[in-house]
Amino acid sequence: MFDLLFVLGLIATGYIIGTWAERRHYRSIERREREFIRLPAVTLKKLDAGSPPVESAVMVCGSAVVSVDYFKRILASLRNIFGGTVKSYESLIDRARREAVLRMKASAEGTSLILNVRIETSAIGRYANKKGVASIEALAYGTAVTFKREGAAFHTG
Amino acid sequence: MILTTVETVPGKSIVEHFGLVSGSTIRAKHIGRDFMAGLKNIVGGELKGYTELLKESRNQAIERMKEQARELGANAIVNVRFSTSSVAQGAAELYAYGTAVRVN
Repeated sequence: MFDLLFVLGLIATGYIIGTWAERRHYRSIERREREFIRLPAVTLKKLDAGSPPVESAVMVCGSAVVSVDYFKRILASLRNIFGGTVKSYESLIDRARREAVLRMKASAEGTSLILNVRIETSAIGRYANKKGVASIEALAYGTAVTFKREGAAFHTG
Repeated sequence: MILTTVETVPGKSIVEHFGLVSGSTIRAKHIGRDFMAGLKNIVGGELKGYTELLKESRNQAIERMKEQARELGANAIVNVRFSTSSVAQGAAELYAYGTAVRVN
C-alpha cells in the first residue's frame, strides 16, 4: 500500500513539476532563439565565394544534459506496449538540442556566422546501460566566423 | 592555436599537414552529485552537475589534443570532432580529434 502511494506520489510530482519546468524551459528557449536570430548556425562546410573576407575563425561549443521526469517515463513505458511515437521523449531530446545550440550561440556572441555545426547526442548517467533513457546529453559545436566588414550579411546560393 | 570544425581555417591557407591528433578523458562525478541527479530524475529538467562534468571533460580533452598538436609544431587544428560515450555508471568519456596543420 505504501509502495503504491509512493509511486503515485512520484508520478504526481513528476507530472506537476515536470510540466511546469518544461513550459518554462520552452518559453526561455523561444525567447533566446529570437535574440540570436541574427547569428545563423549552418551545416555548410565552406563559405560562399560572395561572402566578405574573414577576420577570425574559432571553435565554439555548447552542451546540455536534460533528464525525463517520472511521469514521462511511465508514459514511455506504456508506449512500449503499443508501439508508436514516444512524444514524451521527443520533447526531451528537442529541449536538450535546442538548449545546446543556444549555449553555443551564446559563446559565439559578436561573430557573424557559425559554420559546419554538428550536434552530438548521447544517453548518459546512471541508467545509460539499463533499460530506457534517463538523461540525454546534447553537444553542439561549430566554427564561429567573423567577417571583416561591419554588418555584412551572409550570402547564400 | 586555432581550432575549427571545417576543413580549412577560413581566411587563412594551410601550408603543412601533421596528421591526426586526439585527446580523451573519462570523468566521474562524486556520489553527492550522482544522488542529486537521481533526485532530478523524478521531476525531470536539466542536470547541471552532468552538464558541468561534460564541460570540464571536454575542455580537458581539447587541452590534451592541443598539447599533442603543439608537440608536432602545428598552429591550428582543423576538422575537429567530438564523440561521447558512457563507459560505466556515472562516468562519461569524451573524445576529441582533429587534423593538426600549420596555417599562415
